[in-house]
Amino acid sequence: MTQGGFGSGAAGGTPDRSLRLVGLRKEYVRGTPVLRDVSIDFAPKGMTAIIGPSGTGKSTLIRCVNRLVEPTAGQILFLGRDMAKLHGGELRTARRRIGMVFQEYNLVERLTAIENVLCGRLGYVSAWRAWLRRYPAEDIDGAFELLEAVGLAERAGQRADALSGGQRQRIGIARALMQRPDLLLADEPTSSLDPKTSVEIMELMVELAGRRDIPIVINIHNVELAKRFAQRIVGMTGGSVVFDGRPEELRDEHLKAIYGGEAWL
Amino acid sequence: MSAASRRNPFPVNWPARVAWVALAAYTVYAASLFQLTWTRFLTGIDNGAKFLDRMFPPLLGKWDLLWVGMSESVEIALIASALGVVLSVPVGLLAARNLMPGWVTWLARGLIALCRSFHPMIVAILFVKSVGFGALAGIMALVVSSIGFIAKLFAEAIEEISLKQVEAVRATGAGFANVLIMGVIPQVLARFIGFATYQIDSNLRNSTMVGIVGGGGIGATLFTAFQRFDYDFVLTILITIIALIMVGEIVSGWMRRTFQ
Repeated sequence: MTQGGFGSGAAGGTPDRSLRLVGLRKEYVRGTPVLRDVSIDFAPKGMTAIIGPSGTGKSTLIRCVNRLVEPTAGQILFLGRDMAKLHGGELRTARRRIGMVFQEYNLVERLTAIENVLCGRLGYVSAWRAWLRRYPAEDIDGAFELLEAVGLAERAGQRADALSGGQRQRIGIARALMQRPDLLLADEPTSSLDPKTSVEIMELMVELAGRRDIPIVINIHNVELAKRFAQRIVGMTGGSVVFDGRPEELRDEHLKAIYGGEAWL
Repeated sequence: MSAASRRNPFPVNWPARVAWVALAAYTVYAASLFQLTWTRFLTGIDNGAKFLDRMFPPLLGKWDLLWVGMSESVEIALIASALGVVLSVPVGLLAARNLMPGWVTWLARGLIALCRSFHPMIVAILFVKSVGFGALAGIMALVVSSIGFIAKLFAEAIEEISLKQVEAVRATGAGFANVLIMGVIPQVLARFIGFATYQIDSNLRNSTMVGIVGGGGIGATLFTAFQRFDYDFVLTILITIIALIMVGEIVSGWMRRTFQ
């Protein structure tokens, strides 16, 4: 398997990083779809932001991509395979190529910052090595480089539960990039953060992923942040796509269609 | 009827009141069955005073007998704790309903329930009858009770972990073993150490007792001393056991702090 370096984009041998969803459907309860046959093509680079009201299936959509949620029907075409059809070891191998950043950071609280970053390599190291914390030297170097890149090099040995929200999300980003992924998923990564930290986190994500040519698919509540950082915006409501275009094309009538009502505008 | 009485904020809970009265009546009835009278109590107290009198002063001697018994008890406790802790990890893991399929957890929970159903003394008698007198029977009895305790609490601790942390580790493509090692164990390790040290405490106590039914350790010495009316030696043994339990308490407290 070819792997890019940590310093900059994976030169040469970079696979096609585009993601295609075809007729993606998810029903938690039979007969009441949360996702109604959604088809979207994501570009192999840049950020695509998915906006929409709570409970409209954005989180479900993003979790279907790496199969944390089982889709009911449809195809998830990525790196030449249909993610929806993979099982067991094949699924885990495919998951290694997809990094994920979470709303509540989801760090392992009792592990240190550096251990959390190294969790990004768990798809590659054996259980024995993970238990003894014997990661390959290049992974350890890579983890320290990433900690440096997110500005937390001096926090390496601190436990995750001793870090602030913004710091935790930085570790979350470092963990995702530690996978040297071909795709970065972000599920409301700024919703638990204050406005200033939110912008810093978005900048960091865009910069670090951009340097490595990793496309980002992000769920986000904050329309202003979406317009500022994404090259494309997908608006969803009731499990279907109702807007798909560039940020400057997003008008009030689209927002009305996405969120309903207009008093809030 | 006035408005105030219709709106009583503290209505009488009749079922509870009836239950309390019934409980009191039963207690009085049960006491009458055993002829628990004041005179019976006074004779008992009198006898107790004589017994205490014969215990003092504690016998300072028979050190070799004391040493052999105590050291065997400590060995039984430590070996049983080590085996019990090691065996509790897989059993507790298999019993955790948030990680394992239903039928597996039922099997594991059945095993735990079986280990918990009998007092260690009864288990010790069973093992003495099946494998013969001596420390082996005592160790096996305490291993059983250790599994019953640690595996149950361990399973409950695992069921209370944050699945968000586990989800994130799963999302990296980690296999099941690595999810356990980096996503689950860090969340429960401190509590597991707590249960284990508590069990060592408890095994120390129980290991002084299994000898009474032939399971090895100081219990046998204690039982013999009782039967020979060597009450002064009984007191020496009891004081030594108290000292041992206190040392165990200190050591386990120190262990818990180390692993917070």
